[in-house]
Amino acid sequence: MDKIKSIEDLRKLREQAKAFLRTRQGEVKVKIYISMGTVGIAAGSRDVLLVILDELQKRNFTDVQIIERGSMGLDVEEPVVGVDRDGVVVYYGHVTPEMARQIVASHVINGQIISDWVIAKE
Amino acid sequence: MKIYRIHALICAGAQCIAAGGNGFEDALKDELKKHELLEEVNIIETGCMGSCQLGPLMVVYPEGVIYTKLKPEDAKEIVEEHFLKGRDVKRLMWKEKETVLPSLSEIPFFAKQTKVVLRNCGIINPEDINEYIAQGGYEALGKTITEMTREDVIQVIKDSGLRGRGGAGFPTGKKWQLAYEQDSPIKYIVCNADEGDPGAYMNRSVLEGDPHSVLEGMAIAGYAIGAQKGFIYVRAEYPLAVKRLEIAIKQAKQIGVLGKNILGTNFSFDIELRIGAGAFVCGEETALINSIEGKRGEPRKKPPFPVQKGVFGFPTVINNVETLANIPVIIEKGVKFFRSFGTEKSPGTKVFALAGKVNITGLVEVPLGTPLRTIIYDIGGGIQEGHSFKAAQTGGPSGGVIPSQYIDVPMDYESLASLGAIMGSGGLIVMDETSCMVDVAKFFLKFTVDESCGKCTPCREGTRQMLNILERITSGKGRMEDLELLEKLGNTIKLTSLCGLGQTAPNPVLTTLRYFRDEYIAHIKDKKCPSNVCKLSSEVKNERKVFNRSSS
Repeated sequence: MDKIKSIEDLRKLREQAKAFLRTRQGEVKVKIYISMGTVGIAAGSRDVLLVILDELQKRNFTDVQIIERGSMGLDVEEPVVGVDRDGVVVYYGHVTPEMARQIVASHVINGQIISDWVIAKE
Repeated sequence: MKIYRIHALICAGAQCIAAGGNGFEDALKDELKKHELLEEVNIIETGCMGSCQLGPLMVVYPEGVIYTKLKPEDAKEIVEEHFLKGRDVKRLMWKEKETVLPSLSEIPFFAKQTKVVLRNCGIINPEDINEYIAQGGYEALGKTITEMTREDVIQVIKDSGLRGRGGAGFPTGKKWQLAYEQDSPIKYIVCNADEGDPGAYMNRSVLEGDPHSVLEGMAIAGYAIGAQKGFIYVRAEYPLAVKRLEIAIKQAKQIGVLGKNILGTNFSFDIELRIGAGAFVCGEETALINSIEGKRGEPRKKPPFPVQKGVFGFPTVINNVETLANIPVIIEKGVKFFRSFGTEKSPGTKVFALAGKVNITGLVEVPLGTPLRTIIYDIGGGIQEGHSFKAAQTGGPSGGVIPSQYIDVPMDYESLASLGAIMGSGGLIVMDETSCMVDVAKFFLKFTVDESCGKCTPCREGTRQMLNILERITSGKGRMEDLELLEKLGNTIKLTSLCGLGQTAPNPVLTTLRYFRDEYIAHIKDKKCPSNVCKLSSEVKNERKVFNRSSS
């Protein structure tokens, strides 16, 4: 740990540290829902989840919570990923790990919905 | 910093560890490893979360699900269901009247509390200074030493109306002012963490769950009075608190919020731990000073007061753990915020260790002036097994009992004193009709007899004589004159003892005599214990019923 030499340094450190605690506080910009029913898991939602984590880490984006959910019932579309950003929840279907990376880059971080893959909005 | 999908906060307060917390944590780590989840799930050991009876506890974020009474064999199910598939394990979740409630904010035990002192306990990792800083930690110290004069700081604490949480309720700002006015090149801040009341562990929980808040409070106090050095006097029976304090002090020095030239200013402040051997009298400030100096822990005559002549003869401010944990909040959020809780004469909140025969025992923080009924029924969930409330003992052996007719008493310094009890440091033991009040008085008196340092006669001999009389009464050999004798002895000891230990030792006897005299009379005249506790009662022997459960 480096020494902090001014109150400005302390505040900088605080901002960094705050990002780390966001998962616990609920005040996040984006929530990502992943359908983890039996069908979802069989269809590969676990791999999608790992890729999302990896991509967020790579881009150092911490203003996010990742929430596992049960099946929505729309088994034919699994793996289903929901992105809750700017007050709308958008669901993507048949998400592959490659698609998941793009969803993180475009939608989660930059707010650009990838319309072609959307199956529902809420 | 690393992103984790799940933060699993495991309560690692001493209670939960005693209840098997470590075993569960080890099993959980094994399971996570097996499922390759160690990279996704962040396990954090926190301090006490409060609801000790239901420990070991774990809170899982982002959902905020609380799991209770965890055993090592539960780890597999939690990992496979919750962590892998996002399905809560209902059978292990906190239950409120048979319904499973999912989050902290929906549980009355937590929802009806106001957490100022315990703001970070159970929420942050006490062994990681970054988490304290994330919650705004050391911001108040930064503000103090870069923007405020020493006089400003003292004025703010005075305006806040903060009173010492160790029990006596002396105004903290006034104490600081007195120390500030002393002309001396060397001054000290001492944190009194020698908590010894039976049934009380408020201070331990703060030290274990949020040690930095105490360090920050001490550094601010040091700046205000002109001290460069502080001591934390903590008892050796609190090994986890000692360990966490050591880690906290080390980390604070590493990043430069303690030590030389804090945050690049001229202010330097260092803190040293002093481990006490665990004598009740060492919580008394002059005995504590003697102990820090390496002498016998015996009280000195006052005056001179510690603010005039304290540790090694230099002006010393001694503040309780909880008092110090309030300081950063007052500086950062302001006097108005602090005064928005509590009463005009007793602003702020108070932490109580709720024990005895209530349904949910544990640590409870409420605004000062909260009625006793709210604490027992709304937060503590009422009396166990459908029994009725009989009395509450506040302030440990220095305090007294509050009988059931005063259950609506506001819990503040003056109201409690008017009933002959005291706030004390916050022990709160609830008793029902199966508790014998003579036995309760005997229990506390036995404690003070054992803990008397023996320096002054009234305390050494007087309390022993009172105990002899109580033993006579509970074994069926009491005489009616014994009651007046107890009162006379008690009042004399109160007036003539050298320090607070002796001056308050008779309180449990005097208050039980005041409110439950008929029970004493029943023991003497009818040779019967109305609650079937004392030896003379009958075949049924319920030894120490009150206190057995409270320690669970």
